[in-house]
Amino acid sequence: MKILVCISNVPDTTTRIKIAEGNASIDTTGIQWVINPWDELSLTRALELKDDKATGVSTVTVAHVGLPSSEPTIRKALAIGADDAIRVNAESSDAYFVAAQLAEVAAKEGFDMILCGIESSDFNGSAVGGMLSEFLGIPSVSGVSSITFEAGIPVLTREIDGGREAVTVPAPFVAVVQKGIAKEPRIAAMRGIMLARTKPIKVYEPVPVEALTRVESFEKPAPRPACIFVDPANPAQLIDLLKNEAKVI
Amino acid sequence: MSVLVYTENWEGRFKKLSFELVSYAAAAAKMMNTSVTALSVGKVDQEELMKLGSYGAQKILNADGNIPEVMDNQYFTQVIAEAAVREGASLIVLANNNTGKALAPRLSVRLKAGIGSGVSRLPLSITPFTVYKKAYSGNAFAHVIIKSDIRIITLAQNSFDLAEVAGSAVIEQFAVNADSSSVKTKVREVKKQSGKMLLTDAEIVVSGGRGMKSPDNWGPLVELADALGAATACSRPVSDEGWRPHEEHTGQTGKIIAPNLYLAVGISGATQHLAGISSSKFIAAINTDKDAPIFEAAQYGIVGDALKILPQLVTAVKEIKK
Ligand SMILES: Cc1cc2nc3c(=O)[nH]c(=O)nc-3n(C[C@H](O)[C@H](O)[C@H](O)COP(=O)(O)OP(=O)(O)OC[C@H]3O[C@@H](n4cnc5c(N)ncnc54)[C@H](O)[C@@H]3O)c2cc1C
Ligand SMILES: Nc1ncnc2c1ncn2[C@@H]1O[C@H](COP(=O)(O)O)[C@@H](O)[C@H]1O
Repeated sequence: MKILVCISNVPDTTTRIKIAEGNASIDTTGIQWVINPWDELSLTRALELKDDKATGVSTVTVAHVGLPSSEPTIRKALAIGADDAIRVNAESSDAYFVAAQLAEVAAKEGFDMILCGIESSDFNGSAVGGMLSEFLGIPSVSGVSSITFEAGIPVLTREIDGGREAVTVPAPFVAVVQKGIAKEPRIAAMRGIMLARTKPIKVYEPVPVEALTRVESFEKPAPRPACIFVDPANPAQLIDLLKNEAKVI
Repeated sequence: MSVLVYTENWEGRFKKLSFELVSYAAAAAKMMNTSVTALSVGKVDQEELMKLGSYGAQKILNADGNIPEVMDNQYFTQVIAEAAVREGASLIVLANNNTGKALAPRLSVRLKAGIGSGVSRLPLSITPFTVYKKAYSGNAFAHVIIKSDIRIITLAQNSFDLAEVAGSAVIEQFAVNADSSSVKTKVREVKKQSGKMLLTDAEIVVSGGRGMKSPDNWGPLVELADALGAATACSRPVSDEGWRPHEEHTGQTGKIIAPNLYLAVGISGATQHLAGISSSKFIAAINTDKDAPIFEAAQYGIVGDALKILPQLVTAVKEIKK
């Protein structure tokens, strides 16, 4: 079984986002780029599954749509343990464009299980995984919090309102993963970092696809009014404010 | 042309979220000079369906024949796509919940319709079609132009006020072509937690962090939540330590919620935590450290020991609820 993990490249989650002059983009100076947290966890789970010989997972490949500037992120995924990587050489302009590119390479290379994260922490699109499955015409399972194998078949647990359910779908399929998929992200060891330098990154040129959306501008959230502090000797005053001023209780 | 809104049901009933979606669709339809059709899939009785009319749906498509029990993304995508084609929809509205996140992207490819996800306001303009959505986990908002003729919006929960209208709706039976026997998703096991309020549905949330010190200290926090009719939540380290169940973890890598009131108790307010709660209408915080970042996000705060303050809040709430 071959696994593909789709990774996006996002600002480190502690970044204080600043908007660039003209509001058309964010100011990227000084930003640390990392593997999207969900994708790091997907990759971790994929590698755990490969480590367990009983699953029959043979390879774990990562794919990324982005310019050469995001290669450090791909190398990091290889250092963590992915066998090889694919990069589609294009700016990731919108989810539809990205999913179309991923579908193209996934169809060419052939995978049994494709993992995507529930959202990229930059654009919060929650879109690429589902789109990719529709482009490929294969099943998708969303909100997946665990993947295990039973008798050689992947069993996916997904979050449903007020509980969870374990489901199966025939391969190939896309699993869109969320919290729970792996406990802690796997960290690259020295040996992994050395090995990553020699692992292959296959570069594809993009196929022509028109993006369906375009970001016109960014704005900062409206500043919250300053905090009103209640005397700790009289906490009941907080309840009074919440009831009579905020009117939320 | 029309606006199609997909109204999911929970064992035959709608929720406040469903009516938020219809209210939103009705307001958007007004901007677009068109009408609203609501799509309901599965068994829902007439009286319940008619409630959608009270929030502005003019037509209700009732697809209740031979619908599979299991949520299969391909099947449901096909049903919504059929309805969209039949209604000539130029805007499709879904919730930004598990279901909406699963279906909207598939629908997007099937109909070649651009998505605005996690939208929290009405379109900023119709030509070009521009939506307002969260980006960078709430650290920015984006104005996004959707260029396609059909557009999809997933609406953030609790971001749009209900608007009741006088009109009434017509219900039309909708016989779907999608073949329910071809459904590929097979359920092995279902684990339901019964009786507990869903964190994503709660209007008030009381949440505890590492400042609660020990899992044994949660009694007064739960008591306060009960007195307020609130759900309980927690920060990530608290669920990682096993002090509280994983379902309660809020933040970037946990649940993203937008209640009317989020009360953060002993939570420092790390950016990853704020990413899950920053859309709350009001945030209140209790923390011993007056410089904790949570106070930058909060409108109300108490600098003090949560373990001493919580029991007093319980008493105060019980007093006003008398
Ligand atoms: C990729 C990534 C994703 C993450 N995702 C999430 C996420 O989704 N959700 C999340 O919560 N975190 C997340 N984190 C972790 C986050 O960075 C913080 O470490 C975490 O939120 C801190 O939790 P806390 O506020 O409970 O604990 P702490 O930071 O330890 O804060 C405890 C607070 O309690 C106060 N306190 C102490 N004693 C008392 C008392 N007696 N009474 C009142 N207050 C007291 C302290 O002053 C302090 O402010 C993520 C981190 C990373 C790297
Ligand atoms: N540029 C990209 N290259 C590869 N995978 C991506 C890219 N952007 C998003 N993804 C995948 O899609 C998931 C959801 O992203 P999004 O739809 O952008 O919120 C991510 O967790 C990745 O798995």
